[in-house]
Amino acid sequence: MAAALKDATAIVGIGQTPFARQLPDSEKTLACRAVLAALDDAGIAPSEVDALASYTMEETDEVELAKAIGAGDITHFSRVGFGGGGSCATLAHLAMAITTGQARVGVAWRSRKRGSGPRPWRGSVQLPTPAQWTRPYGLLRPVDEIAMLARRYLHRYGGTREHLCNVALACRRHANRNPAAVMYHRPLTREAYLAARWISEPLCLYDNCLETDGALACVLVSAERARDCRHTPVHLHSAAQALPAQHHGMVNYWNDDPLTGPSWTAARQLWKTADFGPADVDVAQIYDAFTPLIPLSLEGYGFCARGEGAAFTEDRALELGGRLPVNTSGGGLSEAYVHGFNLINEGVRQLRGTSTAQVPGARTCLVTAGEGVPTSAVLLRS
Amino acid sequence: MPSIMRGTTDNGLLPPVTDQDGAPFWDYAARGELRIQTCAGCRTPRFPPRPCCPYCQSFAHRWQKVSGRGHIWSFVIAHPPLLEGYAQLAPYNVALIELLDAPGIRLVGNVLAAPDAPPGSLDPARLAIGAAVRVTFTRVSARLALPQWLLGTS
Ligand SMILES: [Zn+2]
Repeated sequence: MAAALKDATAIVGIGQTPFARQLPDSEKTLACRAVLAALDDAGIAPSEVDALASYTMEETDEVELAKAIGAGDITHFSRVGFGGGGSCATLAHLAMAITTGQARVGVAWRSRKRGSGPRPWRGSVQLPTPAQWTRPYGLLRPVDEIAMLARRYLHRYGGTREHLCNVALACRRHANRNPAAVMYHRPLTREAYLAARWISEPLCLYDNCLETDGALACVLVSAERARDCRHTPVHLHSAAQALPAQHHGMVNYWNDDPLTGPSWTAARQLWKTADFGPADVDVAQIYDAFTPLIPLSLEGYGFCARGEGAAFTEDRALELGGRLPVNTSGGGLSEAYVHGFNLINEGVRQLRGTSTAQVPGARTCLVTAGEGVPTSAVLLRS
Repeated sequence: MPSIMRGTTDNGLLPPVTDQDGAPFWDYAARGELRIQTCAGCRTPRFPPRPCCPYCQSFAHRWQKVSGRGHIWSFVIAHPPLLEGYAQLAPYNVALIELLDAPGIRLVGNVLAAPDAPPGSLDPARLAIGAAVRVTFTRVSARLALPQWLLGTS
């Protein structure tokens, strides 16, 4: 089975809308724009699309999207849950459908008006589990839930806010090279980071991702078909989904080791089927809704040992020219927060050689979905 | 409509919206008892409550009383933007308390300056990972009391 998926499909088109705090278009319109841009990039007609994959949180459903863009008969459609944890899994589902002959041209997308829309945690409507154990006490927002793990992590392994700042600065410096990034014109300094207002101590404003309106999409076909497309094919080398044993979602507070999150499980599956290892990864796009997710993921995906993720960020290791350039378009922290889909498109640009923070000669890229929730990841190879 | 189904309590704070598995925890808390769902087969405590034991798959369980002593596993200090009722209390701590009798079971709560004091009453400088705490119950209504925490062991 693993051999069947490896390099069997490739991303041949990527598309996106502008990113902004507020865009006039509806989510549905943004979705259509991104998908059509991706198909145009691929040189594939919308009528050829026969597979769709998105997030369960996506508000534009398959019927609406397919009929608007003029898709053909759809023979595979799937949704992945858990917010940003689903990003890379959309590619995995399309790859499985194409590899097994269920479909030929797959489109994955995410459209979201998180910038101008409501803040999900603002509502007083609660789900019984696990919110009943947290929200009455004022643990209301995702940032609070992650800050709890972040303080324990920093305490346990001797990390500091300086390390989290390294993450924020790396993403910002990459965004400052990317005209599409929301923070393109907005440099960040260490002084400004350390002086920023708290959101949930130990996390400050700049430890949090942006709030963005925007949409992205990509097109996946068989490797054979990809050879005839206009861009360098970016192969899906390995893919993984991960819901670890006794995992509790973002409030992963009730197992033996809450600091080994789903990325550890995803990594085991990812590397098991890959022809190369963490040391061979040229560039990584790591889900960054909050800065602490980067050191945790660096450990989970095997770029360093347990407890070394914070120290890994030192000496500009995550920046262009560093040991492992990360989030080279600015990531969720500084390009756009669209549930991690911008990380996928940036991974493709890196392997095409067209990133605005291009890693010279990049051949391999890890892209991860949300750490701290049931997650997914892919290894891309040119 | 039971109060629990409404959005917030009178002070704008969120009551626990419970379910069949979690309801006994809150019923015991309303009586001032801290009890943890425990497998009747293999005797392993589990949290959050769920229909069956993940270790032996038994559906039989009881609610085991615990000492109410623990230590701070981690904590945050929440600042706005927050829901209105919580914004008025901010900055306030939210801590994760690991129970002495059931390591690995950790309850979210506020560490208070004194019994019945509001969240945010304690000087954050007094909080530290590893600090010993003991349970106290803050009454919200006749049918609801929240397990909360005080520093120290006595
Ligand atoms: Zn059992």
